[in-house]
Amino acid sequence: MSGRPLTRLSPFNMVSLALGFAFLYLPLVILVVFSFNASRLVSVWGGWSLRWYAELLNDQAMLEAAWMSLRVGVSSATLATVLGTMAAVALSRGSDFRGRTLFSGMLHAPLVMPEVITGLSLLLLFIAAGAERGFWTVTAAHTTLTMCFVAVIVQSRLNGLDRSLEEAAMDLGCSPLRAFFAVTLPMIMPAIAAAWMLAFTLSLDDLVIASFTTGPGASTLPIRIYSEVRLGVKPQINAICTLMVAFVALVIVVASLVSKLSEAKSGSAAPL
Amino acid sequence: MSASRNFARPARIAAIAPYLWMVVFFLVPFAFILKISLSQTAISQPPYEPVFELAHGWQGLKAAVGQLSIENFRLLASDNLYVLSYLRSVAVAAVSALILVVLGYPLAYGMSRLPRGWQRVAILAVIVPFWTSFLIRIYAWINVLQRDGLLNDVLVALKIVSAPVAWLSTDTAMYIGIVYSYLPFMVLPLYATLSKMDTSLLEAAADLGCSRSRAFWLVTFPLSLPGIGAGALLCFIPIIGEFVIPDLLGGSGQMMIGQTLWAEFFTNRDWPVASAIAVVLLLVLLAPLIVYDRLQRRQLEVQS
Repeated sequence: MSGRPLTRLSPFNMVSLALGFAFLYLPLVILVVFSFNASRLVSVWGGWSLRWYAELLNDQAMLEAAWMSLRVGVSSATLATVLGTMAAVALSRGSDFRGRTLFSGMLHAPLVMPEVITGLSLLLLFIAAGAERGFWTVTAAHTTLTMCFVAVIVQSRLNGLDRSLEEAAMDLGCSPLRAFFAVTLPMIMPAIAAAWMLAFTLSLDDLVIASFTTGPGASTLPIRIYSEVRLGVKPQINAICTLMVAFVALVIVVASLVSKLSEAKSGSAAPL
Repeated sequence: MSASRNFARPARIAAIAPYLWMVVFFLVPFAFILKISLSQTAISQPPYEPVFELAHGWQGLKAAVGQLSIENFRLLASDNLYVLSYLRSVAVAAVSALILVVLGYPLAYGMSRLPRGWQRVAILAVIVPFWTSFLIRIYAWINVLQRDGLLNDVLVALKIVSAPVAWLSTDTAMYIGIVYSYLPFMVLPLYATLSKMDTSLLEAAADLGCSRSRAFWLVTFPLSLPGIGAGALLCFIPIIGEFVIPDLLGGSGQMMIGQTLWAEFFTNRDWPVASAIAVVLLLVLLAPLIVYDRLQRRQLEVQS
């Protein structure tokens, strides 16, 4: 019978959805479950236990790497959000200016550039400049990469914005700068917050660029985890990975709550 | 004077800081890569012979140009190790892109058929694993694939294999890792194309007596080709330069070019050769990048 709608969910659709999402989530679920395994053998279930988390607390090198990653993540994400938002404003509102093509090209290229190239080129720059490698060089490298993501996100929000509001503010005597801070900025705030969050997780996640641009004695968390993972599976690694997954999940929940709240707020403010 | 022009000047001033930042941290470093790829290897710190010092001025520059050597590039072309490494990278990226299309399409197609509200949930569900660290996702697969891991447990229990299989350090493991890591980059553009499709075309096909599968192959699939192209390139380009996945999951045989670059840099400390590899890699990526840019622009035009 050909009368049934062709746009309905078929059994084939359901099976591919189930298999697809199982593929995406099963490995992570297994990782998390085995971080609570009491047995040292990763494949043998020895009951629930928090012992690997306790051992993590005594792993000084891992804790220092985590602290370094957090500091780099917060500083580079903040710097990248400021610079990326400025770039987005220039591209979206600056109409045509000299060097615009080069500017947008430079902002889009790092999105697809292999990390080994970005990392190597930045290292050569830092060496030539005689910079001492460590916290600041990794922060600068991450800022360069993540501000491009920020620019893309904020620019697409700015392009979708109703410009008549900023124009009205300026007609009423606001300076452009004042109009931006009083009208435009509050409206793009959710996009800026999302961009900061993305920049932060990208920085927390990066192994290759950090490996090139850091100096001796300054390891980020991914560098530390990578050197452990090369030696094989260890329950402590499952534990630190689970903590990172939990942290990211927390960030996502907070982010969605914040955006719900701001939506609700702007919704109630709208009738004014 | 219109208000929007009023806004444009300060907006352009906002470009100055990010512009300078990108010139210093993105453009200038490429000049360094190019310069060092043309330098001689030396056993020193840093391990290359500088061919040009700004302090020597114009005379120094003229002398330096004479000293530039394409020795490193000649080495890349003559040594099979490098040529094979580039070829393997392209081959692995092409095979991975193909697997990603075959596996990603049914998922994206299923998502586009879900009720509206569920579609948003499904998009989120595809993205969420990607907010967790990339390294963690690869590590999760090491857990599953190791000799006494879950996959072998299941296969032995189901009597599909009689003894545990060595999955790690094989091409199979590497492809699993790549497909897992890049699946959203394939699924999301495909889903975007499929969900925007005009369903009245399918109704028309049904009215004209098309079966469900015929309608798919005659209507849906051809219309989704731009999405397939965009998704495949979005995966193909970065996979060519991939380092972590082949390093942790792949075998010790032929290396991909990202691994070769890493080894030249960190193990052999041959910075000039590593830089030359990077320059050639950029040239290899140029063609797919241009095609991708064209596709994106055409998509944007179709939308507007």
